[in-house]
Amino acid sequence: MAEILSFSILYSTIRVATPLLLAALGGLLSERSGVINIALEGLMLAGAFTSAVVTHYAGNPWIGLLAGIGSGVFIAAIHAVACIQFDSNQVVTGTAINILMLGIPTLLSGALFETTGSTPQIPRANLIPNAPAVIAFALVPVIWYVLYRTPFGLRLRAAGENPEAADTAGVSVAAIRYTGVLLSGALAAIGGAYLSIGQSSLFTRNMTAGRGFIALAALIFGKWRPVQTMLACLLFGFAEAAAIQMQGVIPHVRVEYIQIIPYVLTMVVLAGFIGAARAPRALGRPYEKE
Amino acid sequence: MLELRNITKRFGNVLANDRVNIVVRPGSIHAIVGENGAGKSTAMRIAYGFYRADSGEILVDGKPQPIHTPHDAIALGIGMVHQHFMLVDTMTVAENIVLGAEPGTLISLDIRGAGKRIRSLSEEFHLAIDPGAVIENLSVGQQQRVELLKALYRQARVLILDEPTAVLTPQEVDEFFQILRRMREQGKTVIIITHKLDEVLAISDEVTVMRDGRVLGHRKTAETTAAELARLMVGREVLLRVQKKPAVPGRVILSVRRLSMKGRLNGISFVIRAGEILGIAGVEGNGQTELIEALAGLVGESELSGSIDFDGREISRLSARQRKELGIAHVPEDRQRRGLLLDASVAENSILGVHYREPAVTGRSGIMLDDASIRARAQRVIEGFDVRPANSELPARALSGGNQQKLIIGREFELPPKLLLVSQPTRGVDIGAIEFIHRKLVALRDSGCAVLLVSAELEEVTAIADRLMVIYAGRIVGEVDPTLATNEEIGLMMAGGSRTSDED
Repeated sequence: MAEILSFSILYSTIRVATPLLLAALGGLLSERSGVINIALEGLMLAGAFTSAVVTHYAGNPWIGLLAGIGSGVFIAAIHAVACIQFDSNQVVTGTAINILMLGIPTLLSGALFETTGSTPQIPRANLIPNAPAVIAFALVPVIWYVLYRTPFGLRLRAAGENPEAADTAGVSVAAIRYTGVLLSGALAAIGGAYLSIGQSSLFTRNMTAGRGFIALAALIFGKWRPVQTMLACLLFGFAEAAAIQMQGVIPHVRVEYIQIIPYVLTMVVLAGFIGAARAPRALGRPYEKE
Repeated sequence: MLELRNITKRFGNVLANDRVNIVVRPGSIHAIVGENGAGKSTAMRIAYGFYRADSGEILVDGKPQPIHTPHDAIALGIGMVHQHFMLVDTMTVAENIVLGAEPGTLISLDIRGAGKRIRSLSEEFHLAIDPGAVIENLSVGQQQRVELLKALYRQARVLILDEPTAVLTPQEVDEFFQILRRMREQGKTVIIITHKLDEVLAISDEVTVMRDGRVLGHRKTAETTAAELARLMVGREVLLRVQKKPAVPGRVILSVRRLSMKGRLNGISFVIRAGEILGIAGVEGNGQTELIEALAGLVGESELSGSIDFDGREISRLSARQRKELGIAHVPEDRQRRGLLLDASVAENSILGVHYREPAVTGRSGIMLDDASIRARAQRVIEGFDVRPANSELPARALSGGNQQKLIIGREFELPPKLLLVSQPTRGVDIGAIEFIHRKLVALRDSGCAVLLVSAELEEVTAIADRLMVIYAGRIVGEVDPTLATNEEIGLMMAGGSRTSDED
């Protein structure tokens, strides 16, 4: 049991928390602007798949990453247009995107590689080093600063709390919300790319395995604030890292019971310890003038 | 300074503004009066760029200006304070004020510099406020100051204020008018939208009257009277004072003894007789809401002590429905939250409370709503209470505040009641409807019903009530004859001073 608190588990916690953090910070920008982003899972999958495919062809992970970001922004744009332009139900649109992103990678990889299971293996030399981990954690203070110390952040928060007030103050609520949602697509896609061309070397079907939802849970548990969200991601990351370490360490316990730990923890935390989390007041509410 | 020329605006097939012409002279306080739905707010929202006019033009300093967004209006020096404040509750005063006009650079918001400017503005206009305070911790009056500062910060030369006094106490109104006069001295132009004629006369230099989307007249305030303005607003002579005969009280209908509710009501005792209106005056939040709800059966019996006898029967253990069946009608103070289902039709709303029994439910099956009889009932309410538009299929949301209130009162009159509990019957209601509601309440009294009237408007209770009690901190501090007592006397009791010390 001593290994559980070893240096390696710290390292592995950070590794596991990185994609969560990227997606959660993306979700934060979208939700603080007032648009629910339940599509984080789908956006991560888009990023993971596209970057794996492009890296395979281009032989360069950075080009792959850029392509992944592009795909995340593109899919997020669909969400944004539906939610902001057409006042759709944001949860339904997000769910549709998640379902779509379960199917499209399978379809495309079937067409491209004649196998629907996964994309081809990428050589180790063509993978992204652990840089995203550092970048992700460096983003926390950056996003904090943007949110609380720049005009854009003020407008973003106002759009999510009281869009009418923002509008009458001469702020374009639509422009702000588009920006928030598109940025969430870019960040979640980086999180996804880190899974496929960072931690592993190929894309497999549904490889995010609910991480987008855990990121969303971390965002809520973190009360839509950057630093608390990071801590929540680390908590969930630790749970998963510990589960990985415990496999095989503890005898006579089926692996499945250990693997469910992070998911159970997510539910328990959301149900029991969330306290008086207050969502942005206009979250999920399309803004239309009277 | 600001001129609206031939402004026309339609919402669907409703003509909200019909060739509206308004000229506001610089450095004046200009009142725009009219009943709810007269098109005052629409016209001003067009001037502020919140809506776009279908036709017509807006002139600023004599030049036609395209104002398509609030941004354009702000750039031209036009500011607006909306009836419902446009503030972000979770942010600070300074953040709210600079939102959309942030000082500093793109990557660095100079909130400290903003705080300095806000402080100097608030000194200049005597609008004391802490720039670092969070909005949700401020009183309504303070929030209004933030709204004013927001406009001043943007260097507004014209301030449009939509129903600014609706949320203020009488003392706050006086203070607010001082602020407006100070702004006029500093060269600002103020446009105030209201339907309260005494305020028009008290504060404005000129007044424009609107009705049904049209401008019916401009007057210099000094050359007009409340009666003339009321006639223009409503389109007919309006009795600003209720006409009523002396009450002829009959038997005791309601007898309340030592009614208490922890922390809210403290040993309240009184009786109401058939054929009289008992008024309760008091500053809001002194137990009026709880008292009415306790009598209507909306407070858990475990929270109450004391007795409530209705028509010779102890009812404090009966449910709200049982009390209604005995003949206790209730017009709640918050009509949108407790009085109506806003998305249900006028017809459906007209049977709330009796929706489970005849005539709303057909006799034989006992489970099906009877559309024909519901419509007939709705029609009676619409006709009897002049609910407009007279369409029982519209959602209640589509009615103006005054018409919503008439719908509720009409429904409760249909019960028919032996006792009517009525709270703030004319809050946010235009004067035509106020007169109507007052006449109906007096008529109900004359037909032998007992009425318990709670109102924050002292004018209202003294005009309507036959007897008047004053409530303070959950206890009745005294009873006066409303025809004899002065406002000062009642005001003193409302502030907690007891008139008769030997009373208990």
